[in-house]
Amino acid sequence: MLKVVFYGTKKKKRKAKPPNPFLVKSIIILISRSVSALPLSLPDCCCCVSAFSLCFEISTKKMAARFLWASRVASHLRISIAQRGFASVVLKDLKYAESHEWVKIDGNKATFGITDHAQDHLGDVVYVELPDLGRSVSQGESFGAVESVKATSDINSPVSGKVVEVNEVLSESPGLVNTSPYEDGWIIKVELSDAEEAKKLMDSDKYSKFCEEEDAKH
Amino acid sequence: MSVKRVGLPLMNVVKLRGTPILQQLLLEERLLRSSSANWCIVNDGTNLPNIVMGLSGKTCELVELEPVIRDGVPVIKRFTGGGTVVVDENTLFVSLICNRNDVPDVQPYPRSVMAWSGSLYSQVFNGIGDFQLRENDYVFGDRKFGGNAQSITRNRWIHHTSFLWDYSESNMAYLKLPSRVPQYRLERDHTDFVCRMKDYIERAGFIEKTIKAVGTQFMLKELSFDEIDDSCREHLETTRLLTLDELKETLAKTTQNESIAQAV
Repeated sequence: MLKVVFYGTKKKKRKAKPPNPFLVKSIIILISRSVSALPLSLPDCCCCVSAFSLCFEISTKKMAARFLWASRVASHLRISIAQRGFASVVLKDLKYAESHEWVKIDGNKATFGITDHAQDHLGDVVYVELPDLGRSVSQGESFGAVESVKATSDINSPVSGKVVEVNEVLSESPGLVNTSPYEDGWIIKVELSDAEEAKKLMDSDKYSKFCEEEDAKH
Repeated sequence: MSVKRVGLPLMNVVKLRGTPILQQLLLEERLLRSSSANWCIVNDGTNLPNIVMGLSGKTCELVELEPVIRDGVPVIKRFTGGGTVVVDENTLFVSLICNRNDVPDVQPYPRSVMAWSGSLYSQVFNGIGDFQLRENDYVFGDRKFGGNAQSITRNRWIHHTSFLWDYSESNMAYLKLPSRVPQYRLERDHTDFVCRMKDYIERAGFIEKTIKAVGTQFMLKELSFDEIDDSCREHLETTRLLTLDELKETLAKTTQNESIAQAV
Protein backbone atom coordinates (compact mmCIF):
# COMPACT_ATOMS: atom_id res chain seq x y z
CA MET A 1 0.00 0.00 0.00
CA LEU A 2 1.27 3.48 -0.86
CA LYS A 3 1.70 5.65 2.15
CA VAL A 4 1.28 9.33 1.56
CA VAL A 5 2.77 11.69 4.07
CA PHE A 6 1.85 15.31 4.12
CA TYR A 7 4.29 17.68 5.58
CA GLY A 8 2.72 20.80 7.00
CA THR A 9 4.53 24.17 6.70
CA LYS A 10 4.77 26.57 9.55
CA LYS A 11 3.72 30.06 8.60
CA LYS A 12 6.50 32.43 9.51
CA LYS A 13 5.34 35.54 11.31
CA ARG A 14 6.90 38.46 9.55
CA LYS A 15 7.60 41.59 11.44
CA ALA A 16 5.39 44.33 10.02
CA LYS A 17 7.44 47.06 8.41
CA PRO A 18 6.15 50.57 8.88
CA PRO A 19 4.53 51.65 5.61
CA ASN A 20 6.38 54.19 3.50
CA PRO A 21 4.30 57.37 3.85
CA PHE A 22 5.27 58.49 0.34
CA LEU A 23 4.01 55.22 -1.15
CA VAL A 24 0.77 55.72 0.77
CA LYS A 25 0.60 59.32 -0.46
CA SER A 26 1.03 58.13 -4.04
CA ILE A 27 -1.76 55.56 -3.61
CA ILE A 28 -4.05 58.16 -2.04
CA ILE A 29 -3.34 60.55 -4.94
CA LEU A 30 -4.08 57.80 -7.45
CA ILE A 31 -7.41 56.92 -5.84
CA SER A 32 -8.43 60.56 -5.37
CA ARG A 33 -7.72 61.30 -9.02
CA SER A 34 -9.51 58.19 -10.28
CA VAL A 35 -12.90 59.77 -9.58
CA SER A 36 -11.97 63.01 -11.32
CA ALA A 37 -12.05 61.44 -14.80
CA LEU A 38 -15.75 62.04 -15.32
CA PRO A 39 -17.61 63.88 -18.09
CA LEU A 40 -18.17 67.47 -17.03
CA SER A 41 -20.48 68.74 -19.73
CA LEU A 42 -24.23 68.50 -19.18
CA PRO A 43 -26.11 66.48 -21.80
CA ASP A 44 -29.32 67.96 -23.27
CA CYS A 45 -32.07 65.36 -22.89
CA CYS A 46 -33.95 64.85 -19.62
CA CYS A 47 -33.13 61.20 -19.28
CA CYS A 48 -29.46 61.98 -19.84
CA VAL A 49 -29.65 64.74 -17.23
CA SER A 50 -31.20 62.28 -14.78
CA ALA A 51 -28.57 59.70 -15.61
CA PHE A 52 -25.87 62.31 -15.28
CA SER A 53 -27.28 63.52 -11.93
CA LEU A 54 -27.34 59.95 -10.70
CA CYS A 55 -23.77 59.40 -11.86
CA PHE A 56 -22.68 62.65 -10.25
CA GLU A 57 -24.37 61.69 -6.97
CA ILE A 58 -22.78 58.26 -7.04
CA SER A 59 -19.37 59.66 -7.91
CA THR A 60 -19.63 62.32 -5.18
CA LYS A 61 -20.53 59.63 -2.63
CA LYS A 62 -17.69 57.48 -3.92
CA MET A 63 -15.29 60.41 -3.69
CA ALA A 64 -16.40 61.13 -0.13
CA ALA A 65 -16.06 57.46 0.80
CA ARG A 66 -12.62 57.29 -0.72
CA PHE A 67 -11.52 60.44 1.06
CA LEU A 68 -12.86 59.01 4.32
CA TRP A 69 -10.87 55.82 3.65
CA ALA A 70 -7.78 57.86 2.85
CA SER A 71 -8.20 59.89 6.05
CA ARG A 72 -8.58 56.73 8.14
CA VAL A 73 -5.50 55.17 6.56
CA ALA A 74 -3.53 58.36 7.09
CA SER A 75 -4.66 58.57 10.71
CA HIS A 76 -3.65 54.94 11.31
CA LEU A 77 -0.25 55.65 9.80
CA ARG A 78 0.21 58.84 11.84
CA ILE A 79 0.39 61.09 8.80
CA SER A 80 -1.75 64.14 8.09
CA ILE A 81 -3.38 64.94 4.79
CA ALA A 82 -5.12 68.19 3.94
CA GLN A 83 -8.69 68.48 2.73
CA ARG A 84 -7.59 68.43 -0.90
CA GLY A 85 -6.74 64.78 -0.39
CA PHE A 86 -3.36 64.89 -2.06
CA ALA A 87 -1.46 67.55 -0.16
CA SER A 88 1.94 67.21 1.44
CA VAL A 89 2.93 64.51 3.84
CA VAL A 90 3.23 65.83 7.39
CA LEU A 91 4.49 63.54 10.13
CA LYS A 92 2.83 63.79 13.50
CA ASP A 93 5.84 63.38 15.75
CA LEU A 94 7.83 66.30 14.29
CA LYS A 95 7.80 70.04 14.82
CA TYR A 96 7.62 72.54 11.98
CA ALA A 97 8.79 76.06 11.19
CA GLU A 98 6.87 78.55 9.05
CA SER A 99 9.77 78.49 6.62
CA HIS A 100 8.98 74.80 5.99
CA GLU A 101 11.72 73.02 7.87
CA TRP A 102 10.99 70.09 10.18
CA VAL A 103 12.81 69.18 13.35
CA LYS A 104 12.96 65.96 15.34
CA ILE A 105 14.13 66.46 18.89
CA ASP A 106 15.82 63.64 20.76
CA GLY A 107 17.08 64.72 24.17
CA ASN A 108 19.51 67.59 23.61
CA LYS A 109 20.00 66.76 19.92
CA ALA A 110 17.84 67.74 16.97
CA THR A 111 17.69 66.63 13.34
CA PHE A 112 16.50 69.05 10.64
CA GLY A 113 15.32 68.84 7.09
CA ILE A 114 12.87 70.48 4.73
CA THR A 115 9.28 69.33 4.56
CA ASP A 116 7.46 67.47 1.83
CA HIS A 117 5.53 70.69 1.11
CA ALA A 118 8.79 72.55 0.55
CA GLN A 119 10.40 69.92 -1.66
CA ASP A 120 7.24 69.68 -3.73
CA HIS A 121 7.20 73.43 -4.37
CA LEU A 122 10.94 73.69 -4.98
CA GLY A 123 11.14 71.03 -7.67
CA ASP A 124 14.03 68.65 -8.26
CA VAL A 125 16.85 69.46 -5.87
CA VAL A 126 20.19 69.30 -7.66
CA TYR A 127 22.52 70.57 -4.93
CA VAL A 128 22.56 71.03 -1.16
CA GLU A 129 24.92 73.55 0.43
CA LEU A 130 25.82 72.09 3.83
CA PRO A 131 27.26 74.03 6.77
CA ASP A 132 30.59 73.22 8.41
CA LEU A 133 30.69 71.02 11.50
CA GLY A 134 30.90 72.99 14.70
CA ARG A 135 29.14 76.02 13.26
CA SER A 136 26.47 77.70 15.36
CA VAL A 137 22.97 78.04 13.95
CA SER A 138 20.26 80.36 15.25
CA GLN A 139 16.51 79.91 15.16
CA GLY A 140 15.07 81.49 12.01
CA GLU A 141 18.47 82.17 10.43
CA SER A 142 19.83 80.59 7.26
CA PHE A 143 22.45 77.88 7.63
CA GLY A 144 22.57 76.42 4.14
CA ALA A 145 20.76 76.28 0.83
CA VAL A 146 19.23 73.93 -1.70
CA GLU A 147 19.39 74.50 -5.43
CA SER A 148 16.49 73.57 -7.68
CA VAL A 149 15.12 74.87 -10.98
CA LYS A 150 17.79 77.56 -11.29
CA ALA A 151 17.16 78.88 -7.79
CA THR A 152 19.03 78.66 -4.51
CA SER A 153 16.66 78.64 -1.55
CA ASP A 154 17.80 79.24 1.98
CA ILE A 155 17.37 76.55 4.59
CA ASN A 156 16.57 78.20 7.92
CA SER A 157 17.30 76.72 11.29
CA PRO A 158 14.14 75.82 13.25
CA VAL A 159 16.05 75.93 16.57
CA SER A 160 19.43 77.19 17.76
CA GLY A 161 22.44 75.00 18.39
CA LYS A 162 25.80 73.73 17.18
CA VAL A 163 26.15 71.57 14.09
CA VAL A 164 27.39 68.11 15.11
CA GLU A 165 26.62 66.13 11.97
CA VAL A 166 25.78 66.86 8.33
CA ASN A 167 24.26 64.45 5.84
CA GLU A 168 27.25 64.00 3.51
CA VAL A 169 25.20 61.61 1.33
CA LEU A 170 23.34 64.65 -0.01
CA SER A 171 26.51 65.80 -1.77
CA GLU A 172 26.22 62.82 -4.11
CA SER A 173 22.46 62.30 -3.91
CA PRO A 174 20.73 65.67 -3.43
CA GLY A 175 17.49 64.14 -4.77
CA LEU A 176 16.99 62.38 -1.44
CA VAL A 177 15.57 65.70 -0.24
CA ASN A 178 12.74 65.14 -2.73
CA THR A 179 12.23 61.39 -2.42
CA SER A 180 12.72 61.05 1.34
CA PRO A 181 12.52 64.49 2.98
CA TYR A 182 11.86 63.14 6.49
CA GLU A 183 14.23 60.19 6.49
CA ASP A 184 17.19 59.77 4.14
CA GLY A 185 16.93 63.44 3.12
CA TRP A 186 17.72 64.83 6.59
CA ILE A 187 20.16 67.72 6.34
CA ILE A 188 21.92 68.41 9.65
CA LYS A 189 21.97 67.40 13.30
CA VAL A 190 22.62 69.92 16.05
CA GLU A 191 23.25 70.00 19.77
CA LEU A 192 20.49 72.23 21.12
CA SER A 193 21.40 75.43 22.92
CA ASP A 194 17.86 76.24 24.05
CA ALA A 195 15.31 73.42 24.21
CA GLU A 196 12.52 75.94 24.98
CA GLU A 197 12.72 77.29 21.43
CA ALA A 198 10.87 74.22 20.18
CA LYS A 199 7.71 75.54 21.83
CA LYS A 200 7.58 78.31 19.22
CA LEU A 201 7.26 75.72 16.44
CA MET A 202 4.08 74.23 15.02
CA ASP A 203 2.79 70.73 15.56
CA SER A 204 1.68 68.66 12.57
CA ASP A 205 -1.95 69.77 12.61
CA LYS A 206 -1.07 73.46 12.79
CA TYR A 207 1.53 73.04 10.09
CA SER A 208 -0.90 71.22 7.78
CA LYS A 209 -3.36 74.05 8.20
CA PHE A 210 -0.58 76.61 7.68
CA CYS A 211 0.34 74.97 4.36
CA GLU A 212 -3.28 74.87 3.22
CA GLU A 213 -3.76 78.56 4.02
CA GLU A 214 -0.53 79.50 2.30
CA ASP A 215 -1.42 77.60 -0.86
CA ALA A 216 -4.99 78.93 -0.83
CA LYS A 217 -3.70 82.50 -1.09
CA HIS A 218 -2.16 81.79 -4.50
CA MET B 1 12.11 109.73 -12.45
CA SER B 2 8.66 110.78 -11.36
CA VAL B 3 6.31 108.79 -9.13
CA LYS B 4 4.12 106.64 -11.31
CA ARG B 5 1.32 105.54 -9.04
CA VAL B 6 0.27 105.99 -5.46
CA GLY B 7 -0.38 102.93 -3.29
CA LEU B 8 2.07 100.58 -5.03
CA PRO B 9 5.17 99.32 -3.22
CA LEU B 10 8.33 101.31 -3.83
CA MET B 11 11.11 99.99 -6.04
CA ASN B 12 14.53 101.59 -6.32
CA VAL B 13 15.89 101.58 -9.85
CA VAL B 14 19.64 101.65 -10.39
CA LYS B 15 20.92 102.01 -13.93
CA LEU B 16 24.50 100.94 -14.49
CA ARG B 17 26.61 100.78 -17.60
CA GLY B 18 29.76 98.74 -18.04
CA THR B 19 29.90 97.83 -14.33
CA PRO B 20 32.09 94.75 -13.74
CA ILE B 21 29.85 91.73 -13.31
CA LEU B 22 31.59 90.65 -10.09
CA GLN B 23 30.84 94.04 -8.56
CA GLN B 24 27.23 93.83 -9.74
CA LEU B 25 26.74 90.35 -8.26
CA LEU B 26 28.31 91.30 -4.92
CA LEU B 27 26.03 94.34 -4.80
CA GLU B 28 22.97 92.21 -5.54
CA GLU B 29 23.83 89.64 -2.90
CA ARG B 30 24.32 92.41 -0.34
CA LEU B 31 21.03 94.09 -1.25
CA LEU B 32 19.15 90.78 -1.12
CA ARG B 33 20.45 89.91 2.33
CA SER B 34 20.99 93.29 4.03
CA SER B 35 18.41 95.64 2.53
CA SER B 36 14.67 95.72 3.13
CA ALA B 37 13.85 97.66 -0.04
CA ASN B 38 12.88 96.46 -3.50
CA TRP B 39 15.50 96.96 -6.21
CA CYS B 40 15.65 96.90 -9.98
CA ILE B 41 19.23 96.90 -11.21
CA VAL B 42 19.97 97.30 -14.88
CA ASN B 43 23.54 96.93 -16.11
CA ASP B 44 23.94 97.85 -19.75
CA GLY B 45 26.84 95.54 -20.54
CA THR B 46 29.77 94.55 -18.37
CA ASN B 47 33.30 95.78 -19.03
CA LEU B 48 35.21 92.57 -19.83
CA PRO B 49 34.36 88.98 -20.78
CA ASN B 50 33.73 86.87 -17.67
CA ILE B 51 32.43 83.36 -17.13
CA VAL B 52 29.72 83.19 -14.46
CA MET B 53 28.63 79.88 -12.95
CA GLY B 54 25.73 79.09 -10.63
CA LEU B 55 26.24 78.11 -7.01
CA SER B 56 26.64 74.41 -7.69
CA GLY B 57 28.65 74.76 -10.88
CA LYS B 58 31.81 72.73 -11.37
CA THR B 59 34.45 74.21 -13.64
CA CYS B 60 35.67 70.83 -14.88
CA GLU B 61 32.17 70.06 -16.21
CA LEU B 62 31.18 73.47 -17.52
CA VAL B 63 34.27 75.32 -18.68
CA GLU B 64 37.01 74.66 -21.23
CA LEU B 65 39.76 75.24 -18.67
CA GLU B 66 42.81 75.30 -20.96
CA PRO B 67 41.75 78.26 -23.14
CA VAL B 68 40.20 80.03 -20.12
CA ILE B 69 43.48 79.86 -18.22
CA ARG B 70 45.52 80.68 -21.33
CA ASP B 71 43.39 83.76 -22.11
CA GLY B 72 43.02 84.88 -18.48
CA VAL B 73 39.21 84.86 -18.51
CA PRO B 74 37.85 85.43 -14.98
CA VAL B 75 35.53 82.71 -13.64
CA ILE B 76 32.97 83.72 -11.03
CA LYS B 77 30.72 81.56 -8.89
CA ARG B 78 27.53 83.48 -8.11
CA PHE B 79 25.09 83.16 -5.23
CA THR B 80 22.10 82.19 -7.36
CA GLY B 81 21.34 78.85 -8.97
CA GLY B 82 21.22 78.06 -12.64
CA GLY B 83 23.71 77.53 -15.40
CA THR B 84 26.91 78.98 -16.80
CA VAL B 85 27.16 82.01 -19.03
CA VAL B 86 29.94 83.98 -20.68
CA VAL B 87 29.16 87.70 -20.42
CA ASP B 88 30.71 90.81 -21.94
CA GLU B 89 29.86 94.33 -23.11
CA ASN B 90 27.05 92.93 -25.24
CA THR B 91 25.22 91.25 -22.38
CA LEU B 92 22.42 93.20 -20.72
CA PHE B 93 21.53 92.46 -17.12
CA VAL B 94 18.24 93.05 -15.34
CA SER B 95 17.88 92.07 -11.70
CA LEU B 96 14.76 92.31 -9.57
CA ILE B 97 15.04 92.04 -5.81
CA CYS B 98 11.66 91.96 -4.06
CA ASN B 99 10.16 91.64 -0.63
CA ARG B 100 7.83 88.69 -0.58
CA ASN B 101 5.05 90.79 0.95
CA ASP B 102 5.28 93.41 -1.80
CA VAL B 103 4.48 90.82 -4.44
CA PRO B 104 1.79 88.88 -2.55
CA ASP B 105 0.56 86.92 -5.58
CA VAL B 106 3.99 85.32 -5.97
CA GLN B 107 4.92 82.40 -3.75
CA PRO B 108 8.59 82.37 -2.72
CA TYR B 109 9.34 79.35 -4.87
CA PRO B 110 11.22 79.15 -8.18
CA ARG B 111 8.32 78.33 -10.48
CA SER B 112 6.08 81.04 -9.07
CA VAL B 113 8.79 83.70 -9.34
CA MET B 114 9.64 82.57 -12.86
CA ALA B 115 5.99 82.76 -13.95
CA TRP B 116 5.75 86.29 -12.56
CA SER B 117 8.87 87.42 -14.40
CA GLY B 118 7.66 85.73 -17.57
CA SER B 119 4.48 87.77 -17.49
CA LEU B 120 6.50 90.95 -16.84
CA TYR B 121 8.69 90.38 -19.86
CA SER B 122 5.67 89.43 -21.96
CA GLN B 123 4.75 93.10 -21.65
CA VAL B 124 8.25 94.12 -22.78
CA PHE B 125 8.31 91.83 -25.79
CA ASN B 126 4.66 92.17 -26.69
CA GLY B 127 4.41 91.76 -30.46
CA ILE B 128 8.15 91.17 -30.81
CA GLY B 129 9.30 87.86 -32.19
CA ASP B 130 7.67 84.74 -30.81
CA PHE B 131 8.60 85.54 -27.20
CA GLN B 132 8.03 82.83 -24.62
CA LEU B 133 9.21 81.67 -21.26
CA ARG B 134 10.30 78.15 -22.11
CA GLU B 135 11.59 75.82 -19.38
CA ASN B 136 13.01 78.78 -17.41
CA ASP B 137 14.62 80.48 -20.45
CA TYR B 138 13.44 83.48 -22.45
CA VAL B 139 13.25 82.50 -26.11
CA PHE B 140 12.20 83.78 -29.47
CA GLY B 141 10.70 80.67 -31.00
CA ASP B 142 13.04 77.93 -29.85
CA ARG B 143 16.17 80.06 -29.54
CA LYS B 144 17.31 81.30 -26.16
CA PHE B 145 18.28 84.91 -25.66
CA GLY B 146 17.83 85.28 -21.90
CA GLY B 147 18.95 83.07 -19.01
CA ASN B 148 17.45 83.33 -15.54
CA ALA B 149 18.54 82.55 -12.03
CA GLN B 150 17.15 83.16 -8.57
CA SER B 151 17.96 83.15 -4.92
CA ILE B 152 15.20 82.92 -2.35
CA THR B 153 15.58 83.84 1.30
CA ARG B 154 12.99 83.75 4.03
CA ASN B 155 11.23 87.00 3.12
CA ARG B 156 12.88 88.17 -0.09
CA TRP B 157 13.96 86.89 -3.46
CA ILE B 158 16.02 87.95 -6.43
CA HIS B 159 15.35 87.07 -10.01
CA HIS B 160 18.11 88.12 -12.38
CA THR B 161 18.48 87.70 -16.09
CA SER B 162 21.35 87.98 -18.53
CA PHE B 163 20.17 88.95 -22.00
CA LEU B 164 22.24 88.16 -25.09
CA TRP B 165 22.12 91.45 -26.90
CA ASP B 166 24.94 90.09 -29.02
CA TYR B 167 27.63 87.51 -28.47
CA SER B 168 30.94 86.41 -29.89
CA GLU B 169 31.32 82.81 -30.96
CA SER B 170 34.90 82.75 -29.75
CA ASN B 171 33.65 83.58 -26.23
CA MET B 172 30.98 80.88 -26.47
CA ALA B 173 33.77 78.40 -27.17
CA TYR B 174 34.93 78.80 -23.54
CA LEU B 175 31.83 76.89 -22.42
CA LYS B 176 31.28 73.15 -22.52
CA LEU B 177 27.92 71.64 -23.34
CA PRO B 178 26.38 71.19 -19.88
CA SER B 179 25.04 67.84 -18.68
CA ARG B 180 21.77 69.41 -17.51
CA VAL B 181 20.05 71.06 -20.45
CA PRO B 182 16.43 72.00 -21.16
CA GLN B 183 14.52 69.47 -23.23
CA TYR B 184 13.81 71.94 -25.99
CA ARG B 185 17.56 72.33 -26.61
CA LEU B 186 17.52 68.99 -28.50
CA GLU B 187 21.30 68.48 -28.49
CA ARG B 188 21.96 71.72 -30.37
CA ASP B 189 25.31 73.35 -29.79
CA HIS B 190 25.55 76.91 -28.43
CA THR B 191 25.40 78.71 -31.77
CA ASP B 192 22.27 76.83 -32.90
CA PHE B 193 20.59 77.15 -29.53
CA VAL B 194 20.92 80.88 -28.83
CA CYS B 195 19.99 84.00 -30.77
CA ARG B 196 20.88 87.69 -30.65
CA MET B 197 18.41 90.09 -29.07
CA LYS B 198 19.64 92.92 -31.30
CA ASP B 199 17.88 91.23 -34.21
CA TYR B 200 14.56 91.85 -32.46
CA ILE B 201 14.62 95.06 -30.42
CA GLU B 202 16.66 98.23 -29.93
CA ARG B 203 18.97 98.30 -26.92
CA ALA B 204 17.74 101.53 -25.35
CA GLY B 205 14.16 100.63 -26.19
CA PHE B 206 14.46 97.31 -24.33
CA ILE B 207 15.76 98.96 -21.16
CA GLU B 208 13.06 101.63 -21.29
CA LYS B 209 10.28 99.09 -21.85
CA THR B 210 11.56 96.89 -19.02
CA ILE B 211 11.55 99.73 -16.52
CA LYS B 212 8.11 100.76 -17.74
CA ALA B 213 6.82 97.19 -17.22
CA VAL B 214 8.23 97.15 -13.68
CA GLY B 215 6.48 100.50 -13.15
CA THR B 216 3.08 98.84 -13.68
CA GLN B 217 3.54 97.00 -10.38
CA PHE B 218 5.80 99.30 -8.38
CA MET B 219 6.30 102.98 -7.65
CA LEU B 220 9.72 103.71 -9.13
CA LYS B 221 12.50 105.81 -7.64
CA GLU B 222 15.77 106.14 -9.50
CA LEU B 223 19.01 106.07 -7.53
CA SER B 224 22.60 106.34 -8.66
CA PHE B 225 25.15 103.71 -7.63
CA ASP B 226 26.67 106.13 -5.11
CA GLU B 227 23.32 106.72 -3.43
CA ILE B 228 22.94 103.06 -2.46
CA ASP B 229 23.23 102.73 1.31
CA ASP B 230 26.16 100.43 1.99
CA SER B 231 26.16 100.82 5.75
CA CYS B 232 24.80 97.28 6.28
CA ARG B 233 27.60 94.96 5.25
CA GLU B 234 27.23 91.97 7.56
CA HIS B 235 25.85 89.12 5.56
CA LEU B 236 26.80 85.73 4.21
CA GLU B 237 28.72 86.34 0.97
CA THR B 238 28.94 83.38 -1.40
CA THR B 239 29.70 85.12 -4.70
CA ARG B 240 33.42 84.90 -5.44
CA LEU B 241 36.05 84.98 -8.11
CA LEU B 242 37.80 81.64 -8.52
CA THR B 243 41.58 81.91 -8.21
CA LEU B 244 44.02 80.96 -10.95
CA ASP B 245 45.45 78.28 -8.64
CA GLU B 246 41.99 76.74 -8.25
CA LEU B 247 41.49 76.63 -12.01
CA LYS B 248 44.93 75.11 -12.59
CA GLU B 249 44.39 72.52 -9.88
CA THR B 250 41.06 71.53 -11.41
CA LEU B 251 42.64 71.28 -14.85
CA ALA B 252 45.44 69.10 -13.51
CA LYS B 253 42.96 66.74 -11.80
CA THR B 254 40.76 66.58 -14.91
CA THR B 255 43.75 65.79 -17.12
CA GLN B 256 44.91 63.10 -14.70
CA ASN B 257 41.45 61.51 -14.57
CA GLU B 258 41.19 61.52 -18.36
CA SER B 259 44.64 59.87 -18.64
CA ILE B 260 43.64 57.15 -16.21
CA ALA B 261 40.34 56.61 -18.04
CA GLN B 262 42.18 56.29 -21.35
CA ALA B 263 44.74 53.89 -19.90
CA VAL B 264 41.96 51.67 -18.55
